[in-house]
Amino acid sequence: MDTTSFIIAAVIKIALVVFIMLTGVAYTTWLERKLIGRIQNRWGPTRVGPFGLLQPLADGVKFILKEDLLPDYVHKGLFILAPMLALVMSLISIAVIPFGETITIAGHTTALQISGITHAGGGITDINIGLLIILGVTSIGVYGVALAGWSSNSKYSLLGSLRASAQMISYELALGLSLVGILLLSGTLSLREIVFSQSGHWVLGGHDTHIPHWFIFPQIVGFFIYLMAAFAETNRIPFDMPEAETELVAGYHTEYSSMKFAMFFMAEYVNMFTVACLASLLFFGGWHGPHFNFLPPIAQSLLPVFWFALKVFFFIFLYIWIRGTLPRFRYDQLMAFGWKFLLPLAIANIIVTSLIVAWRA
Amino acid sequence: MLHQVLFIVFGLICVAGAINLLVQRHPISSALSLVVVMASLALIYLLLGAEFVAAIQLIVYAGAIMVLFVFVIMLLNAGAEERSRGSRVALFLGVPGVIVLAGTVAWLLITGSGHLGSVTIGASDFGETHAIARLLFRDFLLPFEVTSVLILIAIMGAVVLGKKEN
Repeated sequence: MDTTSFIIAAVIKIALVVFIMLTGVAYTTWLERKLIGRIQNRWGPTRVGPFGLLQPLADGVKFILKEDLLPDYVHKGLFILAPMLALVMSLISIAVIPFGETITIAGHTTALQISGITHAGGGITDINIGLLIILGVTSIGVYGVALAGWSSNSKYSLLGSLRASAQMISYELALGLSLVGILLLSGTLSLREIVFSQSGHWVLGGHDTHIPHWFIFPQIVGFFIYLMAAFAETNRIPFDMPEAETELVAGYHTEYSSMKFAMFFMAEYVNMFTVACLASLLFFGGWHGPHFNFLPPIAQSLLPVFWFALKVFFFIFLYIWIRGTLPRFRYDQLMAFGWKFLLPLAIANIIVTSLIVAWRA
Repeated sequence: MLHQVLFIVFGLICVAGAINLLVQRHPISSALSLVVVMASLALIYLLLGAEFVAAIQLIVYAGAIMVLFVFVIMLLNAGAEERSRGSRVALFLGVPGVIVLAGTVAWLLITGSGHLGSVTIGASDFGETHAIARLLFRDFLLPFEVTSVLILIAIMGAVVLGKKEN
């Protein structure tokens, strides 16, 4: 593949993925309001378009048209930088996520992943440390929240951002350790390779069990640690202490208005998507799913993407469902849960998994 | 070619961040400049082919340690520092000291370039995860484990110090 077509393919992929991502984010807010409405026995948005489907567009227009307030007691540079940092860092992690294997359009084969590189022979090279890049970028994203609270120069914001950064640092440990089991089983840090190692079925005692070779089955403990740590990382209920509206008004984004507030909002939802994508890739076999041979070729090549999107949608749905179901933790409960329960459990999971891997090797 | 350009760009960002760290008067701005230095160092590691080290540099230094720095500065609510008049000792000993040190390092590097070995930017793979794992868990297992015990002791010390006295 020559340089020009590589750059063209990359630009198209980036534009497409960002567009789909942001549309997905907009419609997740619609879905969330609809579902929470149903859970609480009311309708949710109904007035703007059929089933309120145009509500996200109306919200977007409203965000842009609102006055962009800049309180005069804030640290100006950092106040403006913080939401940008949060959004950019959340969007970068999408670049390493593989949505499917490959797609061939007009003779050009390209990976369904922004950072995938096609060789002359047609093979695909993924970025070798995809998982670490996501973890690294997420840890940089903490600055967005921390700086927003500090630069706002307001008590509520500062308390919110202190809570958020403490919570994100604490749960990042459990999150990272919960993934080590997967790494031990697959032996690679590349997300594409991890998905490939989950193809086929589990074979027990020499015969095929017809259970897909997904890592959720041996790593069920790791999955639950990951899920809970991920909820805390994205500041969602039941771990949404940083923006607990009954205590802190709106936490770290109290002083923000207009598009700057929208950027925090978008960053939070994009992070939800990243976490959901990672859960599908690492524990649920990524784009693996049943094949249907009677479909036309183009539909067949897009079927993996559909399976992947379905798995991601399941996690987004779970997020919303849990928000509608559970109350908020107390802050000391949150910290105790992270440090005294999830972290030791994650370490025990690593020890057991590595013993089994070493015994079988 | 692209690698050289990127190396120069990130090297310049790194040095600019380091200078900004010293020039800034507010602790938060200094801490953020240090984050820029750490991040651009990570990218330089990446250019050298040490991808694992690059990721760890980003996660551990830029992500964890510097967040704690910022956290402490925010908790202490440290304000902008007063600019003091430069000390004479620094002027008369520091500046010549720096010149001598930089000159010695440069001289050693130039004269020893033959036997010091060299690294090609963007073409090596010595920093792959597998290579590092082999070094850490086979060749240098004992020092590695001893270091982790040392860190464990430090953690225990912190717990003891942080405990409330009854």
